[in-house]
Amino acid sequence: MTKYVIKRLLQLIPIVLGITFLSFAMMQVAGSDFVEQAANNTGIIASDEAMQRAREALGLDKPFIIQYFTWLGGLLQGDMGISYVSGKDVFGTFISKLPATLLLTLTSVIATMAISIPLGILAAVKQNKITDYIIRIASLIGNSLPNFVVAILLMYFLSIKLGWFPILSKGTSLYSAILPTLTLAISMGAKYLRQVRATVLEELNKDYVTGAKARGVRGKVILWGSVLKASMLTIVTLLAISIGSLLGGTTIVESIFGWDGVGKLAVDSITMRDYPMIQAYVVWMAIIYVIVNLITDLLYNYLDPRVRLGIGGVCDE
Amino acid sequence: MNNTPTVRIQKIRKNRTRTMLIVFGILAAALLVCSVIAPLLCPYDPYAQDLSKSLQPPSAEHWLGTDRYGRDLLSRIIIGSQTSIYSTLLLVAVMTVVGTVLGVIAGLYGGIIDTIIMRISDIFLAFPGLVFALAVAGALGGGVQNAIIALAAVGWPKFARLARSQTLAQKKQQYMDAAKISGDGMFHIIIWHLMPNIIGPIIVTAVLDIGTSMMEIAGLSYLGLGAMPPVAEWGSMMSGAREFIQTAPWVAFGPGIAIFISVVIFNMLGDTVRDYFDPRQRTK
Repeated sequence: MTKYVIKRLLQLIPIVLGITFLSFAMMQVAGSDFVEQAANNTGIIASDEAMQRAREALGLDKPFIIQYFTWLGGLLQGDMGISYVSGKDVFGTFISKLPATLLLTLTSVIATMAISIPLGILAAVKQNKITDYIIRIASLIGNSLPNFVVAILLMYFLSIKLGWFPILSKGTSLYSAILPTLTLAISMGAKYLRQVRATVLEELNKDYVTGAKARGVRGKVILWGSVLKASMLTIVTLLAISIGSLLGGTTIVESIFGWDGVGKLAVDSITMRDYPMIQAYVVWMAIIYVIVNLITDLLYNYLDPRVRLGIGGVCDE
Repeated sequence: MNNTPTVRIQKIRKNRTRTMLIVFGILAAALLVCSVIAPLLCPYDPYAQDLSKSLQPPSAEHWLGTDRYGRDLLSRIIIGSQTSIYSTLLLVAVMTVVGTVLGVIAGLYGGIIDTIIMRISDIFLAFPGLVFALAVAGALGGGVQNAIIALAAVGWPKFARLARSQTLAQKKQQYMDAAKISGDGMFHIIIWHLMPNIIGPIIVTAVLDIGTSMMEIAGLSYLGLGAMPPVAEWGSMMSGAREFIQTAPWVAFGPGIAIFISVVIFNMLGDTVRDYFDPRQRTK
């Protein structure tokens, strides 16, 4: 087990190296760097020499490979550099914003499950009945709305028309998390609902269900006792996979609602060409994503009796 | 329970799927035609500013109202369909072609080439795509082309894997050997013998991807990393609209509805194309 966890964590290395190298390379291709961007933003016409000096101070004049390895060396010592914009430590800034994003992710995952699991099961049980069609149409609608559109609709109806919530979040509280959470949960829940439905349907069509029915086991007992228990495995895995898209989705939603997390920080840094901050964001997302996947696999192993009893499974590689 | 649907039910389902395919095919085609002849459909010049008419609510004159510079929103949405739809289709085309070419190469040649291509695609698949696309689009600095490059950079591995597995399955078939023995060149074999046999699932995946791609491009534009103002694009039109949500909500609703309708059409088209070519899906 420990060996497996270590093996999985080691997989982080090529991912982080590959992703950071690629994004570093892309930023080099970009042509416009922070110094130019800052000059444009402030509107001050800086002399070429002044800009050159600023580049030297930030190490931007060095060849790209050297910049990359300098940054990588820092990363290994836990130093992610200093933000070009605020002049503060990138690691510290990032960590201070992380709890807000994790809170939003957690509430969104819970809300997504609360929406999609019951509805998905209901749609599967009532397959091709009116309930199923209504749920499927709702899921199609949710699936076809980008989350910034959902955000604006929620803002308009819940904040402005009904006045239930503030338009912009005031600080990081559960109350102000409701709108961003709903936005993410609607977009993700719609997609996830279909997967839950498909999973439960597949399980319902298995031979043992027919067998249980033939033996006269009541429908409810089959559903709750066997089918849902067996479906949960796949449902949990699918949920974990969708956390990846959730992590990307938080960026847009955070900036719309002014939620002070890493996603908003990332968007702000991207517009300012604050490379150390963008790199930190990419690295952290990779780490979080790999850890989430690892936890899912462990959970999967725990939930699957075949694995728990040592008959075989993912951990035995 | 419908473990094995009867032949009659299968036939009914097939006919129904075909009808749906035709309906959504026509709708998608209509959308495309609209965007091609967009300049003819606009009631006003989408770029003409008239500050005396700024932020007017929908009226007989301006069906969807006007934006903050007094530009007619309906015209901007119609002309915006060009940027939104073309860039989406271009993105899907780029992802499909790049992914398929790399996947076929990896599958046919194997060895070190295969390893390199597949490891790179593994890295992308083990990472939340939109996060990387954001970083890349940000680094490249806005513009529709850059948004397409960024999203294509994270989207191709899916197609590469699919093309590779399809190629591996076909590689061992006799017709491939026959073609080789007849002295056909590798390029000729790939285009005329291999492609027709592997292209089906790839096209289905590509069509299924159109809706998502459209939302992703609009999302990047919304953040200011896609289409740049004053170019009319649905995502970027909504981006400016948020500050008027209290006073002039119609500025946001028009483009929002446009995105929604297009994505619904493309998503339904994708689902029916998949159902049509994969009969097993029809039972679900």
